[in-house]
Amino acid sequence: MSVTFTLNGTPRTIDADPETPLLWVLRDDLKMTGTKFGCGIAQCGACTVHLDGDPIRSCQTLLEDIEGASITTIEGVNGKAAEAVKAAWSELDVPQCGYCQSGQILAATALLTETPKPTDEDIDYAMDGNVCRCATYARIRKAIHVAADKMEA
Amino acid sequence: MLHLLEKPLEAARPSRRSFLKMSAGALGGLMLALRMPGTARAASNAGDFAQPFVHIRPDNKVIVLIKHLDKGQGTASGLATLVADELDADAAQIETDFAPANVDLYKNLAFGVQGTGGSTAIANSFLQYRTAGAAAKAMLVAAAAGEWDVPAAEVTVSRGVVSHASGKSATFGELAGLAAAQEVPAEPALKKPEDWIYIGKSFARVDVPAKSSGAVGLYGMDHQADNMLVAVLARPPKFGAVPTSFDDAEARKIEGVVDVVSVPSGVAVLATSTWPAINARGLLEVTWDEAVAESRSTAEMAEELAAMTSEKGLPVPGGEGDADGALAQAANVIEVDYAFPFLAHAPMEPLDITVLYDGETATFWTGSQFQTIDQMVTAGVLGLTPDKIAINTTWAGGSFGRRAQPDSHYFAEAALIAKARLEAGNPPQPIKVVWTREDDIKGGYYRPMVAHKARVGFDEDGNVLGWQHRIATKSIMKGTSFEQFMVKDGVDATSVEGIGELPYSMPAFQAEVHNAETAVPVLWWRSVGHTHTGYVAETMMDRLAKQAGEDPLAYRLKHIKHDRLAGVLKLAAEKAGWDKPLPEGRYRGIAAVESFGSFVAEVAEISFREDGTVKVEKVTCAVDCGIPVNPDNIRAQMEGGIGYGLGAVLRNEITLTDGIVDQENFDTYLPIRMTDMPEIDVHIVPSEEAPSGAGEPGTPPIGPAVANAIAAAKDIWITDLPLSKHDLA
Repeated sequence: MSVTFTLNGTPRTIDADPETPLLWVLRDDLKMTGTKFGCGIAQCGACTVHLDGDPIRSCQTLLEDIEGASITTIEGVNGKAAEAVKAAWSELDVPQCGYCQSGQILAATALLTETPKPTDEDIDYAMDGNVCRCATYARIRKAIHVAADKMEA
Repeated sequence: MLHLLEKPLEAARPSRRSFLKMSAGALGGLMLALRMPGTARAASNAGDFAQPFVHIRPDNKVIVLIKHLDKGQGTASGLATLVADELDADAAQIETDFAPANVDLYKNLAFGVQGTGGSTAIANSFLQYRTAGAAAKAMLVAAAAGEWDVPAAEVTVSRGVVSHASGKSATFGELAGLAAAQEVPAEPALKKPEDWIYIGKSFARVDVPAKSSGAVGLYGMDHQADNMLVAVLARPPKFGAVPTSFDDAEARKIEGVVDVVSVPSGVAVLATSTWPAINARGLLEVTWDEAVAESRSTAEMAEELAAMTSEKGLPVPGGEGDADGALAQAANVIEVDYAFPFLAHAPMEPLDITVLYDGETATFWTGSQFQTIDQMVTAGVLGLTPDKIAINTTWAGGSFGRRAQPDSHYFAEAALIAKARLEAGNPPQPIKVVWTREDDIKGGYYRPMVAHKARVGFDEDGNVLGWQHRIATKSIMKGTSFEQFMVKDGVDATSVEGIGELPYSMPAFQAEVHNAETAVPVLWWRSVGHTHTGYVAETMMDRLAKQAGEDPLAYRLKHIKHDRLAGVLKLAAEKAGWDKPLPEGRYRGIAAVESFGSFVAEVAEISFREDGTVKVEKVTCAVDCGIPVNPDNIRAQMEGGIGYGLGAVLRNEITLTDGIVDQENFDTYLPIRMTDMPEIDVHIVPSEEAPSGAGEPGTPPIGPAVANAIAAAKDIWITDLPLSKHDLA
């Protein structure tokens, strides 16, 4: 069965088992490895992508569920919030091992798109589903505030 | 401790290639006119400057060859800093590449084999990489002097530009080819600390731009190759079980499944991509031989460990006085039993490894942490010599000890799968073995379960007379190839480090150890023995302070042996406002641990949520790790080490019921999250001592600092972890 969706702005048609999680379609079929495999059960957020702008777990999103949808991955995310987040991440040297950070960046971008001036509580709510085993959380929090300032500037 | 490995492994290590002539000088020798075997990015083309640690290309890029694995500790950036400083390079022209597996060129000078661990990366490389940078600079200068016909002493180098007062100047890239023809200075002059431009200041992390834009293709998990198969294994339900037979009829019906192969560690489904392999693995029906498997529950194992601590154990070196005699004379004795659970490392990137084996050579792609051991083990498995094993070290998505394997079991497993495929008549084909999160959490190689019993005797006036200490745990090194170097008179150094010799003076102190047996494989976990010995020593010190009616900080300082440990305690206390009152509902605890040559003190400030769980609000940390090469990275490692340790202390444990691991994934082995994370304030002690590690030493003090804060709040001493087992409401 083939499924057609928009990926990072480009229409794509994928012919694969419709029950394949989007994560593996991205990583194995399309060789786009920015989206990471962390747990496979939507508990860590390493596989976060945007579906029509909302952060979702691609490990729990089946190919058949995204017919006609617009998917954005770390390879394609752009715009004011995304650029501010990436710049803040670099400026504060947020990543350590870095494996979770594409998911963190997509979650933070979605937060700032929705809430350009988030409080610490907003950050807690938006980011608590994204695990970082290096525990870079303090810098993630700081970087989100820095990114918010950048967007305002 | 791993330096003990150097001599014994000398004999077994890969034979030197004939063109690699080592001189006697440890550092100079490594530099002596060695032409690098080509690496992926920097083959030795005309116009290149190619030394073991430094390549300079005509396009003016300087590539620093990184002999260590970087799994998030900033090692690559640290080593690049050392070269860039002595080379007077422009930071923007520096890139890094992981060195190939080659023990002659790239051994860890603390181990004698190529490998990363024990927070040694910067410490063992500090002189070596600076020497490499200084030698390269001297050769660039000599090349320029010859080209411009001026004395070398008049040639200067600054931020990547070589120049002379006459107005002549050149980039490194322009001089690279000429520099390569110069003699390598055996002992180039190194800068004085006051002349450092990056060391101790700041140097941009080399990996952050890529990791801030998705880290595409960076990790072993991301490795892709044409015609690659992905293998996922059905692994034994109990540790020590082996597959005896399997039914793969249903598994083979999954589209994309190519083969099913049995190896001692499980039954592997090979498919054209990951998802069908994971799916089909679930459909395998495997019969296991559990004759020698561990079938006990952790509750039974904990009882056994606790019982062992009631008996006299093997004496641990480092005691003082007659502890047994002191206890016999004591008017009062307090006896405290501690219990620590198995812990999984659970790095974000589960294990993965790609192998390509053609019968004569094998090539691997993975975040290899013990390249030499990995080479030796796979050479043994495949019947090859180690020089036929190539390892492409990738960035690793964390490790915390998980990838540093004395048995190289994930390498061996991949090699066995590849061998089975080849022997069955299949053509050589890259095979990526993927561990799912369940494989990771249930897969063993845990921080061992540990029991401690502390017995402290007092005279009639309440003064300490002596302390007798017993530990029972499975040895990490016993039964591995490291045993003969790491275990002495039955005592595994990693079981007792941190408590064989107390950092505080006591009239009498003696530790003993019992080695427990279980088929559950165990491994070092960020800061190894200090994960439990630091907890025990530092919570006991608070108890003794309380017994003496003294302030915990003052009591420690009265008994402390080491000035640098005292230094971090005082600094952390001062910055945390130890002597100032706290807002209502806030409580403080302090702890300090020396590990891997570094000294770290932490003050934890906690509160309690309505449900009784602990919220660590703030941690003030002081660290003395010698010359701080990359201060911001040291801060990052303290933050991460504290968070990693805190997560385990709060609620992590691996338990077994009748031999089967109860936890499976991040829904049952609950990782620390954003809402658990305290504010962390790190202070670095200025130092001229040789640099020591930062990757692990942040971890040990957080547990006891939090436990001491709980005791300050509620007079409850937590002696078994994690905290989630206790109702603190």
